[in-house]
Amino acid sequence: MREVIKSKISIGAVLLSLAVLVVNTAVHGAIFIFFRNTALNPLITAVLAVLWGVLGVYFLYYTLNWAAEKYPDHLRGKILPYIFIGPAAILLGWLLIIPALRTFYLSFFNASSDRFIGFGNYAAIFSDRLLGVALRNNLLWVFIGTLACVSLGLLIAILADRSSYERIAKAIIFMPMAISFVAAGVIWKFIYYYQPGDEQIGLLNAIVMFFGGEPQAWTSMLQPWNNLFLIVILIWMQTGFAMVIFSAAIKGVPDDILEAARVDGAGEIRIFGRIIIPYISATILTVTTTIIVFTLKIFDVVMVMTGGQYDTEVVATQFYRQFFMYRNFGYGSTLAIVLLIAIIPVIIINLRQFRRQGGW
Amino acid sequence: MAAKSRRRGSKTVVNIVLGIICLIWLIPTLGLFISSFRPAADILQSGWWKVFPHQGWQTKDTLTLPKETDLREPIQVDGRTFSDEQLKAGVVVDGQRLQWENRRARTLNVQERGWEALPNFTLDNYRNVLSGKEYKLKQADGSETIQKGTGLSQAFLNTLTIAVPATVIPVLIASFAAYAFAWLRFPGRKTLFVAIIALLVIPLQVALIPVLKDYTALGLNGSYLGIWLAHTAFGLPLVTYFMYNFISQLPRDLFESAFIDGASHFTIFSRLILPLSVPALASIGIFQFLWVWNDYLVSLIFIGNQPSVQVISMKIADLVGSRGSDWHLLTSAAFISMLMPLTIFFLLQKYFVRGLMGGSVKG
Repeated sequence: MREVIKSKISIGAVLLSLAVLVVNTAVHGAIFIFFRNTALNPLITAVLAVLWGVLGVYFLYYTLNWAAEKYPDHLRGKILPYIFIGPAAILLGWLLIIPALRTFYLSFFNASSDRFIGFGNYAAIFSDRLLGVALRNNLLWVFIGTLACVSLGLLIAILADRSSYERIAKAIIFMPMAISFVAAGVIWKFIYYYQPGDEQIGLLNAIVMFFGGEPQAWTSMLQPWNNLFLIVILIWMQTGFAMVIFSAAIKGVPDDILEAARVDGAGEIRIFGRIIIPYISATILTVTTTIIVFTLKIFDVVMVMTGGQYDTEVVATQFYRQFFMYRNFGYGSTLAIVLLIAIIPVIIINLRQFRRQGGW
Repeated sequence: MAAKSRRRGSKTVVNIVLGIICLIWLIPTLGLFISSFRPAADILQSGWWKVFPHQGWQTKDTLTLPKETDLREPIQVDGRTFSDEQLKAGVVVDGQRLQWENRRARTLNVQERGWEALPNFTLDNYRNVLSGKEYKLKQADGSETIQKGTGLSQAFLNTLTIAVPATVIPVLIASFAAYAFAWLRFPGRKTLFVAIIALLVIPLQVALIPVLKDYTALGLNGSYLGIWLAHTAFGLPLVTYFMYNFISQLPRDLFESAFIDGASHFTIFSRLILPLSVPALASIGIFQFLWVWNDYLVSLIFIGNQPSVQVISMKIADLVGSRGSDWHLLTSAAFISMLMPLTIFFLLQKYFVRGLMGGSVKG
């Protein structure tokens, strides 16, 4: 009896769900073409576009679910999960996974992607001086940047925990997180600014001159140290992130353990090294991973501060240059893949960490 | 007792050290903020810290020397003799500094050391940057050129139009997916979820070239839809992971009864899960918003140089590139771009920080 009803409804339901998909595509396509072809007042365009973007997704799920409702129970139970994760899976597949594979494929072709050259690009990358510099700089960024962010973040979290103005201090340190790299670039350009002559409007040079030093062109002439001055910007921006997470983790250390250690006469430094650090080691790993990943991809700072000149190039800026200025698709793809390969150990650590957290 | 007072003593040290660190952290932004209100000429002539009271030379008096004074000969001033070079650089006698005000008119400034400040503030920089009005620039050779300001208002609007949907869309899509991963059983669930975790760390550079090709073929380049989709896909892994952590922690019996009453998963999701997840939605939403607002690379690639959709970070990057020394424009433009994120940051800091911890601190 139930079997009969099931098969009866299915045909209509299948047609209906197909119709829903077609209607969705058509509606969004029509709106898209409308926006592309009509010139409205910018403010009206903005409002309409925001409305479309926000309501459009909900509309998609709503109609898909509505179609699924027409299926019999046991089929619906099988379809529904895929409706829920479908859009996410399709977007990730289309815009991340497949492109990554295509980039991998392109990395074996020449500049205009029409001749297979095997590992030619990979060989070329490691013999090109500029790319060597880019790889060296990326290493500098990852090591110095991550080390400084993590240790400073830990230090500030500990200090803030014991200070009398914890919230303000944390807000101040965390604030640069809200600033874009481009704006931060302007801020720091202004600090490192150098002009020949006596009057310096850059703070760093003014300080150096106050102590009787010579003003310097920090981000250009002082190679290879200029990279360090760029890394300082990353530290300024990312330490707040590390600090907030460490601070939460430190507050999670049970008080009775700390008290017991104090009663036993352990000093604060000893407590820090023997109790707090081991207790929050998982968090330290997470934060380190996040910052390493972030630093490997660094692009904006270098682009805004020096444009990659004066030997400050990193892999991401080289990638941009190869692809968009020299139109060398093979090289560009290969650089992206080198970046990906560099990140693989981090992916593995992350997955392992996730499994240990009781995920699966 | 002794231990307690020692701890209080160390607390003072902690406060001072932390205070110094905070000061160092604040100074860069403070400098930008002050500079953005200073007249263009002032910015180029003196550091921003000169707006605070500081010791400097102030003109107390002006001496006029006889017109026929020969500048090549030693010059007599009040019975003392100086050379032209000395007076050019300024020479200090009895705590007073003598310096030419105008060599041709033979006038000398008599200056004394004292406290001074340069509190000249103006809103012109902001007006310039926001309105894109035309302004005249004197060139070194004396000719005047007319340059157009940057017109940040349009870019501000564009950024907002991109950032709001690019926040709502991924958060909604990710929440649906997270609900399915947490509470529905279906084949391929594990594999898909592990794939998303792995995608967390994939550098988006890997995807840019092929996506750009697809976009060109579909006409999505430079369109709002295209950039929303790009931001959505690049943000999805993290947002999904984060929402999964939250939604999977909700107690099952909370919606089991609703399910027995005949509510569908969709109804449970919209009526129960979404309202219950507001704290998590808010915190990850704020993050996604800040990232999109502050993004440079994605917009640079998918928007290119179409002024009608250009975002604020690109405008500023252009300013840095093309007119590196127009500090009055750069500083105010940078500050305008920071207004929105900073407001959000200070208003919603509570959620922001709590949300950050929810996702990453476990055990």
